[in-house]
Amino acid sequence: MTDIPNTTQAPSATHPHPLVEMKNISISFGGIHAVDDASVDLYPGEVVALLGHNGAGKSTLIKVLSGAYRRDEGDILINGEPAEIRNPRDAKKFGIETIYQTLAVADNVDAAANLYLGRELRTKWGTLDDVAMEASTREVMGRLNPNFRRFKEPVKALSGGQRQSVAIARAILFDARILIMDEPTAALGPQETAQVGDLIKQLKREGIGIFLISHDIHDVFDLADRVFVMKNGKVVGHARTGDVTKDEVLGMIILGKVPPGAVPGPGAMKVA
Amino acid sequence: MADMTQPTTPPPHTSTGTSASTSTPTTRASDGNLVTRFFRATEIDTRLLGMVGALLIIWIGFHILTGGLFLTPRNLWFLSVQTASVAVMATGMVLVIVTRNIDLSVGSILGFTGMIMGVLQAQLLPAWLGFDHPATWILALAGGVIVGGLIGTLHGVIIAFLNVPSFIVTLGGLLVWRGATWYVTSGQTVAPMDANFRLMGGGTEGSIGATWSWVVGVIACLAIIAAIINARHQRKRFHFPRRPLWAEYVLAALGCAIVLGVVSIANHYYWPVNIARRYAEANGIAWPETGLLIPHGIAIPVLIAVGVGIVMTFIATRLRFGRYVFAIGGNPEAAELAGIKTRWVTVKIFMLMGVLCAIAAAISTARLNAATNAQGELDELYTIAAAVIGGTSLSGGIGTIAGAMLGALLMQSLQSGMVLLGIDTPFQRVVVGMVLVIAVWLDTVYRARAK
Repeated sequence: MTDIPNTTQAPSATHPHPLVEMKNISISFGGIHAVDDASVDLYPGEVVALLGHNGAGKSTLIKVLSGAYRRDEGDILINGEPAEIRNPRDAKKFGIETIYQTLAVADNVDAAANLYLGRELRTKWGTLDDVAMEASTREVMGRLNPNFRRFKEPVKALSGGQRQSVAIARAILFDARILIMDEPTAALGPQETAQVGDLIKQLKREGIGIFLISHDIHDVFDLADRVFVMKNGKVVGHARTGDVTKDEVLGMIILGKVPPGAVPGPGAMKVA
Repeated sequence: MADMTQPTTPPPHTSTGTSASTSTPTTRASDGNLVTRFFRATEIDTRLLGMVGALLIIWIGFHILTGGLFLTPRNLWFLSVQTASVAVMATGMVLVIVTRNIDLSVGSILGFTGMIMGVLQAQLLPAWLGFDHPATWILALAGGVIVGGLIGTLHGVIIAFLNVPSFIVTLGGLLVWRGATWYVTSGQTVAPMDANFRLMGGGTEGSIGATWSWVVGVIACLAIIAAIINARHQRKRFHFPRRPLWAEYVLAALGCAIVLGVVSIANHYYWPVNIARRYAEANGIAWPETGLLIPHGIAIPVLIAVGVGIVMTFIATRLRFGRYVFAIGGNPEAAELAGIKTRWVTVKIFMLMGVLCAIAAAISTARLNAATNAQGELDELYTIAAAVIGGTSLSGGIGTIAGAMLGALLMQSLQSGMVLLGIDTPFQRVVVGMVLVIAVWLDTVYRARAK
């Protein structure tokens, strides 16, 4: 896809450092190498899809970034600086926010309550400042999803796409610069998937870097600028989505076969 | 999924036809629109309104069946006093059930804390302070509240940190604290209570009289008006859509009318002739030919219950703790991921429940003028029923304090109505049980429609 050529062509020119650089990350559980010598990077305003079968190690790799797991080896650089991420709180300090597949919203309260859950604004009396929270919710949601009007209703009453935008708004409300989205469109219908796609494009324009994790290439291929494919804990290779076809990426996922348009990684199939 | 949407405030716009739940299926469309528009503008919770409607039907029904005995100032005054104890506990039960827990031990905690307070004021404190010391009542109450809070905390810790289901912990508590109640005095009833303590139970002495009732009523009206003005001002500050001005006036007028109506009813229940005569003699007032009409005014236990209701509503809707309670009820996982210390919230909820049981125990021991072994038996069921009839969803996340208190009033109305009709106790239970099931069924239907 070449619909946004500027951001895909010259990220390194405008940004000397990648937003995130994960170098030679390894992590093993009881002797099994879940992630083995994997390196990925992400530039501001870029969408990178992390593809692979279930158990390929993509979720484990990204959980190292979100602070859920600690790596055994390798380095994480944020804006070119080494970053120590030991837990999810550390990750939040670096502006890394994760949107879980389950969305992790409380269905029974409204959008503002969800956006500020755990970080509520309070008045000088110590009570909830609902009006102020609603005001900034309106502002953030207006940016993400101008059609969103249902501020006073419990999130349960919203459509899947609207709930997704609430979850995303929750992440970016606190100045996230790096967004991790786990299977963002897995549970959504076509129209809602399109809505989330618009949302992601909007976030790109704001210079936020996004990791999309999926086992289904069709979910994310059109949204991503680059794809990283993982297999058996190793990076098979990466490519600009403009340089490869869906079938070629599928070949990378299933066989580990790297097409000419892609850069091979440590996990690439050895040509006999 | 049984938990469905309960819009606490109806949506400002009803874009889809299905969400127009407020309109009754009237044949005249314009009429229906007017009703819908009224509820939308005033943002009155239609579910709560339905409960008030049910309550009025029950009241009027009993009034007719008893030949005009039900809707008298005397009966309504007694109804309010009888409701107070369960209503106090129901406010806490809402938070318990909202977080997908249950508390079966409230009746036993009431019994135990009541006994503790009884022993404190009838045996321990007099030995130390002497009889009729002015501080006796508050020390006894404080002792009961502390014990209640500790019992609740213990339950909460076992539930939250040892991961034993609340049903089991509080079922155990039901047996343990009922047994413990017996051991405090080896089964003996403790009586009488301290004179000041007894005021919490209501009665002729335990009412605040006409003047103070009006003072309370006027203060309540001013508070309602101030709250409406403040809310409007807040929304204006951020340029949010506001209710139309007429709707604000309607709400303020309605609120004040209800408050002043209640005060007026309480002030129309006069002291019994004997007590009034004794009072007149004691104070050297000449007994008039027409009789001396001394109004009761609002009963102190009712004031306590209303005060508890206001405080609990504040906790549930205006504080971070309340927000967390509802978030945990809606999605425990999301609450946890948002960094909420869900276990501590659970402990605090049960602690609060224990404290409320002690307050309810104070009301009921004061009213009975004795602490007995059997005090509060079956109250757990009435409390849970009140909360559920009041719209608290057993699947969690949904419930209001006001609804639960109305639920308690509704249950008490049924019972006292049946007493007036001379229906015997076993059949009263049959009716209350059936009403509980029917109420929840109606609520399920309502929520399915509202969705």
